[in-house]
Amino acid sequence: MQQVRDKVDTGSSVAAAVHEMTYAQALNRALAEELERDPSVIVMGEDVGAYGGVFGVTRDLQARFGPRRVLDTPISETGFLGCAVGAAMCGLRPVVEIMFVDFTLVCMDQIVNQAAKLPFLTGGQVRMPIVFRTQQGARPGTAAQHSQCLEALFAHVPGLRVLAPATPADAYGMLKAAIRSDDPVVYLEHKALYATVGPVRLSEYIVPIGMSNTVRSGSHVTALTYSAMVPVVLSAADALAEDGISVEVIDLRSLAPLDEAAVLESVKRTGHVVVIHEGWRRGGYGAELAGLIQELAFDWLDAPVGRMGARDVPKPFSPVFDSVYLPTKDSVISALRSTLC
Amino acid sequence: MTATWPADRLVGLYCQMYLVRRFEERCLELSRKGLIPGSIHLCIGQEAAAVGAASALRSDDLTVATYRGHGHVLARGIDPRAAFAEVLGRQTGLCKGRGGSMHLTDMSHGVLPPNSIVGAGLPIATGAALAQLHKGADRVVLCSFGEGTLNQGGAHEALNLAAIWSLPVIFLCENNQYSEMTPAYQMIKGDSFATRVAAYGMPTTKVDGMNVQAVAEAVAQAVTRARNGEGPSYVEADTYRFLGHYQGDPGTSYRPVDEINYWRARDPLLLLAAQLSAEAGMDMRLKAEEESIEVALDTAQQAALDDPLPLRDDVWEGLYAAG
Repeated sequence: MQQVRDKVDTGSSVAAAVHEMTYAQALNRALAEELERDPSVIVMGEDVGAYGGVFGVTRDLQARFGPRRVLDTPISETGFLGCAVGAAMCGLRPVVEIMFVDFTLVCMDQIVNQAAKLPFLTGGQVRMPIVFRTQQGARPGTAAQHSQCLEALFAHVPGLRVLAPATPADAYGMLKAAIRSDDPVVYLEHKALYATVGPVRLSEYIVPIGMSNTVRSGSHVTALTYSAMVPVVLSAADALAEDGISVEVIDLRSLAPLDEAAVLESVKRTGHVVVIHEGWRRGGYGAELAGLIQELAFDWLDAPVGRMGARDVPKPFSPVFDSVYLPTKDSVISALRSTLC
Repeated sequence: MTATWPADRLVGLYCQMYLVRRFEERCLELSRKGLIPGSIHLCIGQEAAAVGAASALRSDDLTVATYRGHGHVLARGIDPRAAFAEVLGRQTGLCKGRGGSMHLTDMSHGVLPPNSIVGAGLPIATGAALAQLHKGADRVVLCSFGEGTLNQGGAHEALNLAAIWSLPVIFLCENNQYSEMTPAYQMIKGDSFATRVAAYGMPTTKVDGMNVQAVAEAVAQAVTRARNGEGPSYVEADTYRFLGHYQGDPGTSYRPVDEINYWRARDPLLLLAAQLSAEAGMDMRLKAEEESIEVALDTAQQAALDDPLPLRDDVWEGLYAAG
């Protein structure tokens, strides 16, 4: 993967309008622009039409582009995902909304057996330009079937691209890249991020698939994270800076393919690394990173690779459990600190 | 069914059925010799359904078949050598040896990937049809599957989707009486798959799946409807799998001999040959046709056997788009 560093965040590229907007608005904007740009793009999903999607991401798109390009579907995930697979093989570029990542488990066949495999098992005769947009993650008051993080499942499967944007700018720029990709992309939004606000440079900002973003430079320890854990880890890094501990925070953004070069470069420089994510720790994406780092950077490590994830239980409903279920600012601080001891 | 078609037209269908039959018998032989790795799922006995249905399509229409799909695929006019090469795992195969018997795909002949997940093809067919509407094309999609598929949830989701969006799909159910090794009618309450489909709001027809003309006519009607924008239809062809579910299953332990004999007497090739034999000189003509198909298959099979295997270093080929 070509290592083009992200110029836009540094503000050095050509002038383009920068707007403050929410993560949900940024996604909506990217969808509208891609629908406008390419007539083969269609949007499908439950309540995405007149209602505008339960998180408002598809708001006004049907009014603007019509019901033939923005299609309300029955509550039939297998049906409409399979429909997207067939449409993609015949020249359309479907962007499918699966309301909660939890619901992908009723239509995994179409994602894993069909979208991911058909290009390969036809000897490359078909391409599969589909974006499976979904959202995951816990929020207070969500129970076990509306809160899990399944990125490790998707990243496990050859043929899929897996992206997880953390900011409005990335939500916009990565969705545009996903829609233009000829490979199936599982696009993992986060329900706790939809209302977050940030600057988005419109039109020009496309984040190539496979590119991480070093959101904070540091020299003592590398924190690898993504999605809604990025702000948590950044706040932990701020707190540790006051004690003279310099944390480098990498927002991976793309889990498949992984920006391996950036990860290894940072780890070799700091000699310490902790992976922090919201998915379960056992068999989580951090396990893959830990494996990779020990294979390729063992001699540079001064401590074992740390792994933080959700407790290996289904997300409990009562808010009393929230502070023990997921990594928190405090638990991240103590993990980063202890890897340096 | 209308009057019997002219002999020339029927001879064409006979030849296609014969090609499918002999392609598969040769596959079985190659499998027994250990030259075809893995399982093959033969449609011997069901050729009239595949050939009849394909005959109702235009060359730019689309086909979505299943792992028992050799017949549907060959009937679209694909190159038998490339089909042999694929089941033999050769680089020259339709899918460069990445798919095998269950996934004989040829996009240049409108053959979308046949599926080895029961029921997965129906949603995919709706999408292929949606894309045609989107482009303003009048192509239709023939989606074939077995009756066992109608106990799979995703199939019902697709039937509903096709109906509410009036998609140009022909759902062809090949009712071969067995869901793999289990009698089909033990797995549903009542005695009709078609009544379930009718509930989604599309016309349903049942035909004798051993009569190639009957299948062709029923599917042609559904094709016309789909092409005219009137939406999907369901055609159920009653047929029988002469062999087992796959090459390792003799198909005799769970099916009564009388039943097998009854259906074998209704072999679609024998029925059509008997019907045609009323014409003077027909026996000779069919024999000559068979011989020339045999020669063509000999050549195709040998060429495929001589074809190169894929290179191990190319294992990633096709997984991701270039770039």
